[in-house]
Amino acid sequence: MTVRGGVSPTMTSDTDTLLAEDPITGEEIELPADVEVGEIIDSPVTGTELEVISLDPVVLEEAPELEEDWGE
Amino acid sequence: MQIGILYSRIRKDEKLLLNELRDRGHEVEKIDVRKERFGLESTTAAVDDLDIVVDRCLSTSRSLYATRFIDSYGVPVVNGPETGDVCADKAKNSLALAEADIPTPATEVAFTKEAAMEAIEGFGYPCVLKPVVGSWGRLMAKIDTRNAAEAILEHKETLGHYEHKVFYVQEFVDKPGRDVRALAVDGEPVAAMTRASDHWLTNAAKGGETEAFELDDRARELVERASDAVGGGMLGVDLMEVGVEPEADTGETGGEGSGEYTVHEVNHTVEFKALDSATDVDVPGRVVDWLEARAAAAADDDAADDGGEEVTA
Repeated sequence: MTVRGGVSPTMTSDTDTLLAEDPITGEEIELPADVEVGEIIDSPVTGTELEVISLDPVVLEEAPELEEDWGE
Repeated sequence: MQIGILYSRIRKDEKLLLNELRDRGHEVEKIDVRKERFGLESTTAAVDDLDIVVDRCLSTSRSLYATRFIDSYGVPVVNGPETGDVCADKAKNSLALAEADIPTPATEVAFTKEAAMEAIEGFGYPCVLKPVVGSWGRLMAKIDTRNAAEAILEHKETLGHYEHKVFYVQEFVDKPGRDVRALAVDGEPVAAMTRASDHWLTNAAKGGETEAFELDDRARELVERASDAVGGGMLGVDLMEVGVEPEADTGETGGEGSGEYTVHEVNHTVEFKALDSATDVDVPGRVVDWLEARAAAAADDDAADDGGEEVTA
């Protein structure tokens, strides 16, 4: 099941971060302002890997799990 | 320049690369291969105007197919599909190294567990069983006893994907608690590091501690030859330090600082964030230098081809 979370792209008072909703917990989390679509970030709440799906609005999904042919 | 990046995940490695490309004013076309279709004549991906495409697919299967299609459209792609084909498969990788007379661990491939057991017994214990496709040290088995060998082979034969029925058996190399990763572009080393661990697997992905490593002349020569052996490109060449001659009595193969190496693997979608952190080298900068040179060379080739056609006409 795909878990999604999203909010409108709101810059925090600290302009180096964006606000987004953690798709697992629903909590509001901060992302670096230079984050981009496709980027993988670690949830500061659960440590879960999250993928940035879009930036306007900011939508995060739980990142796909490791597959056997992933690597170098 | 317009540079395409094939990806399905933007990791720190890709972020370093993207930032360097954009800092230099290049236009970057991010191509998420999960969203595209690749036809025999064209693709939904916007590749037509690209000067070069860089394969950063995390998935080996996607990497191999996507680069093959991109190449078929006449768009320069690195690493090329031929290089990927050799590097993605450990058996082909070992064969390429051996055919180029590059020292590489003794290896046998078998297709049944009975034949694999014969290979294992032939090497003696310990020896190593690896999946032919895989990375980051996953599903690697150091086999210490016949009992362990029987159990692992049965599990692989019963549970595994068909590729797990290609049993890749290799001698165990008694390395000095570390191996060497060199990043090279068309055979020229960019940077190198050691990966050290108390565990027999020293991969950075397994938590191996990294430290900058100065390649000596022999290592540089092997990196260059290993790159050539698999078709060149941006590659991660993995070496282990071994003694020049094994001691006949003990089979010990020497180690750290011996000045001799065996090349166990060449990786075609090489990660470099650990190397960038472990060394003073501006790794993404050097990679982009190389990409610019490759794109310029491809453009020159195109211009020469066009000129040739005009003359012929």
